[in-house]
Amino acid sequence: MSRLIPLIAFLVLVGLFGFGIWWNTQHDQHEIVSPLIDKPAPAFALPTLADPGHTVDKASLMGRPYFLNVFASWCIECVHEHPQLLGEMKQLGLPLVGMNYKDDPQEAIAWLREHGNPFDTIVTDRDGRAGIDFGVYGAPETFLIDARGVIRYKHVGPITPEVIDGEIRPALAALAKERS
Amino acid sequence: MIPELGQFALILALLLALAQGVLPIVGAWRGNGALMAVARPAAAGQAVFVFGAMAILIHAFLAFDFSVAYVADNSNLALPWYYRITAVWGAHEGSMLLWVFILNVWSLALAAFSRHLPEPFVSRVLGVLGLIGVGFLAFILFTSNPFLRELPMPADGGDLNPVLQDPGMTFHPPVLYMGYVGFSVAFAFSIAALLGGELEQAWVRWARPWTNIAWAFLTMGIVAGSWWAYAELGWGGWWFWDPVENASFMPWLVGVALIHAQAVTEKRGSLPAWTVLLSLFAFSLSLLGTFLVRSGVLTSVHAFASDPRRGLYILGFLIVVIGGSLLLYAIRAPKVATGKPFAALSRETGIMVANLLFTTAAAMVLLGTLFPLIGDAFNLGRVSVGPPYFGFLFVLLMAPAVLLLPFGPYLRWGHAEGRHLTAMALRAGVAAIVCAIAAMWFVDGKLRAIAGVAGAVWVGAGTLAYVVKRWREMPAGRRYPAEMAGMLVAHAGIAIFLIGVMLSESLSTERDVRLAPGQTETVGRLQFRFEGVRETAGPNWQADEGVVVVLRDGDTIATLHPQKRTYSRGQVQSESSIDPGLFRDIYVALGEPMDAAHAEGAWAVRLYHKPFVRWIWLGGLFMMLGGFLAAGERRFRAKKAPAAAVAKESVA
Repeated sequence: MSRLIPLIAFLVLVGLFGFGIWWNTQHDQHEIVSPLIDKPAPAFALPTLADPGHTVDKASLMGRPYFLNVFASWCIECVHEHPQLLGEMKQLGLPLVGMNYKDDPQEAIAWLREHGNPFDTIVTDRDGRAGIDFGVYGAPETFLIDARGVIRYKHVGPITPEVIDGEIRPALAALAKERS
Repeated sequence: MIPELGQFALILALLLALAQGVLPIVGAWRGNGALMAVARPAAAGQAVFVFGAMAILIHAFLAFDFSVAYVADNSNLALPWYYRITAVWGAHEGSMLLWVFILNVWSLALAAFSRHLPEPFVSRVLGVLGLIGVGFLAFILFTSNPFLRELPMPADGGDLNPVLQDPGMTFHPPVLYMGYVGFSVAFAFSIAALLGGELEQAWVRWARPWTNIAWAFLTMGIVAGSWWAYAELGWGGWWFWDPVENASFMPWLVGVALIHAQAVTEKRGSLPAWTVLLSLFAFSLSLLGTFLVRSGVLTSVHAFASDPRRGLYILGFLIVVIGGSLLLYAIRAPKVATGKPFAALSRETGIMVANLLFTTAAAMVLLGTLFPLIGDAFNLGRVSVGPPYFGFLFVLLMAPAVLLLPFGPYLRWGHAEGRHLTAMALRAGVAAIVCAIAAMWFVDGKLRAIAGVAGAVWVGAGTLAYVVKRWREMPAGRRYPAEMAGMLVAHAGIAIFLIGVMLSESLSTERDVRLAPGQTETVGRLQFRFEGVRETAGPNWQADEGVVVVLRDGDTIATLHPQKRTYSRGQVQSESSIDPGLFRDIYVALGEPMDAAHAEGAWAVRLYHKPFVRWIWLGGLFMMLGGFLAAGERRFRAKKAPAAAVAKESVA
């Protein structure tokens, strides 16, 4: 009987590990809930990419919901999400604001010329300070900000068709329901 | 085309592993010589294809073949060639391939150096190794294929995790895996013995050198990992009780118990069932380590992959390998368990007590590592078990081991006499007390440092006294056989390690300061002058590099260049700068600039003065050396133990 003890102890461990795997399928460990969700977006006033003399601030964008997409020419994943920005995201009918993050403006312009420009407005965050205020881990990231300037949704990483259908559309639907 | 050849090679390796795993075991069971003869050629063939696959993956990295998804994810055009090679095992798929690669190194070595062993036994051992190979190769092919293509091919790749871009990391994983995977040999020996019902204990003698070498590699791997954490993570710590560190530490602790238990079983025939069980445990914990790191069940700074499908596969594999072997043990162990009795005061008892301490310590680490999971399971909320738990319990368990260690060599097999022990205890005890009193002046009464000196001298003097005793009593040439020399060197390593841990932990000074260019900070007798920050660049990073001049009594003793690197994909990595020394390290790490827009201004800088920290790794290296030395023992290579030698050993 005593020779079975190691086996029994191991089976208990197996039960624990099985539970661990099950638990992890229920909980996404990479999902770091942003403390900024449902909080007012941090104030910013940033120069635009097209005309560095002209600045756009948070107040001027308020009044209707918009997407804020953090991108950079050095960011490889940004290339992957770009077709979605040009396609489905544009069709959602909300203004798309680009935040050019820690980037050289000339390279950013060249990059947009090459890949196409989906953005209605582009602000530049050269030193990444606005990025810090927004809690940006790294490009690409996308925020949905409502008409009152409150962050309603955040996605870290490239936008895929699955993300649009599974997360962004429901978030927009929730917004629309609130307004009606 | 070439990457497809790699995948094809893996498929062929899997088929050969299957042949190696099944046919020889059936042959040994049926007494069929032809089937048994399959073992060696199959092992060689599997190795050829696995080595080929490895070479192809390395080639893909060197040739910037970004059409291979794994290459594109873990390297880019700017990554220097040496880090492109280490990128091979920088993430999940490649490290699994490395695992199989090293398994094949061990199988090949075993196939080559086992001509003196009985054919059925070798067939079973190679068969078990083949089955392990099947498990891992299937895992790679079905869930973690490193040769998967990504189309269209990206123009440039991602980056190797910057934390891994460090010289220490280049050889840490292969060495660690040499240890982990090496325990598969001791495991295979035990399974072969259980299957064959080997009544004589000869197999333990054959297993000993393999176990010692595996353990020595594991020691080296852990030392390298600890050194890497110290140099790279920038916190000046050398051990964090992180789940991944624990994963390598548990097999090490059980390995310590195992190499001692094997000595008892080989020489005295006692505790055979315990030795079998320990070799099952050691390899099980190695597999468990792989599982914990790879399945994403526990998250840690090191965890690269978390894919539930992989987790499930590894869990199934664990059930088959560990569950199966423990079941086999439960059924067959009574056949091999014919322990010889021994007196209460004997070397057997000493080793058994040490064994219990080490296995309990391993169980304690396992419990602490898994506790967050238990917390989830029983809804206790997010529990985290940290250094206070490990530090306290580990010291509590190891203190008696340190106290008993010098007695070990003086204890006779079977029945020991007390008077040798009291003589040794008297000498070592007096030496320890004298040194501890002397140390009081140097460590300003810090209790931990004094205890460290006393413990280290106790172990060191006791070991040295035995060296002297052997020198006096034995004729030249017979004084220090390899096995004994290894034991003495490893035990001396414990003394060195104790000095390192206790003195560096209690005497270190750490300072987090704000320094403007030209400003000086005094730490003890050292002055650190911050000269400001300049910009510098490497092949795939840009950095702010601080210049810190270290002065002692006004003389410059070192100029350090800590960096804050930004890698091409935007990851930021702090690179500490160390002025190493046998008696102290000076360690400087760059924090953040006080004003992000003005890198030329003041910075947060971390300054450390760490006395004797290097002795930690030096002690580890001594233990490793001891393991390798002991493996060279000539007796292990003999087919039959000469009866005279056994009789003599029992008197020694």
